[in-house]
Amino acid sequence: MTKIKSLDDLRNRKLQLEQSMDIREKSNNPESLVQIKVAMATCGIASGAREVMNALLEKVEKEKVPAVITQTGCMGYCYAEPTVEVKKPGHDPVVFSYVDVKKAGEIVDKYILKNELLDGILPVNYQTI
Amino acid sequence: MNDLALHLLDIVQNSLVAGATFIKVYIGENPVDNQVTMTVEDNGKGMTPEQLSKLSDPFFTSRTTRKVGLGVPLLRQAAEQAGGGLEVSSEPGKGTSLTVWFEYSHLDRPPMGDLPNAMVLLISANPRVEFEYTYEYDHRCYRIATPEIREVLDGLPLTDVHVIKMLQEMITENQNDLKVCQIQ
Repeated sequence: MTKIKSLDDLRNRKLQLEQSMDIREKSNNPESLVQIKVAMATCGIASGAREVMNALLEKVEKEKVPAVITQTGCMGYCYAEPTVEVKKPGHDPVVFSYVDVKKAGEIVDKYILKNELLDGILPVNYQTI
Repeated sequence: MNDLALHLLDIVQNSLVAGATFIKVYIGENPVDNQVTMTVEDNGKGMTPEQLSKLSDPFFTSRTTRKVGLGVPLLRQAAEQAGGGLEVSSEPGKGTSLTVWFEYSHLDRPPMGDLPNAMVLLISANPRVEFEYTYEYDHRCYRIATPEIREVLDGLPLTDVHVIKMLQEMITENQNDLKVCQIQ
């Protein structure tokens, strides 16, 4: 496959992608997606949040999980960074602490796909605004 | 903070917290001028002169979740120990502009890091914010902005993992091309 260098290349690859997948359909209904938020303030980034976010992106693609991954600022859990909040449709959000690349994979494999809880869950004592 | 890409992720977070809807990032890597420059400009709520004067104090933050604000002090320290500096200008209600520069050849200059990855993570993780990214290598520029990407994607979300990979590939290829052209 040729590399994407221009916006025209991007448009062509997008058309190929649309033909092979149902991503447009999913994007119209974000509530049906697993929402994953990675805390990326100074504390999170310095602790490895970028590697965690990249690992989650890889894993979500590999396992074909219908999820959207975004970032948040500091939630006050600096001591436990990197932290990741996961909200499955119809469930309350769960915040995982001390997440590394290995644990990011476990969050997808165990919590998201099998509904099993993992060690290191933080009490949610904040409000999303 | 091991590299400039991590500092970029961190500094842009300040713009996001300030409610910016448009963030302009410039990275200049100019070996010929012996300088690396990073500028982040936003249209967020800006800072008062008093807030601005405390910006380099690691024990000052406007946030309530914690009592330290380390992002700018860490970046300033990294710049100053690599023969550079950091300047911030801001106006309440209009936005903020931060510029940091390093001596390119300085032994203590942080490596550039994976800038395309950092930009794509920022774009995908903040789909409601418009970004403009300019990368310059020895005065040759590559520029990309989210409005034109959205137009091409025609409704496909910037948060989709396939889209993220495509964007990263596009930015990486173009940045690498600037360097290859220069070497030839």
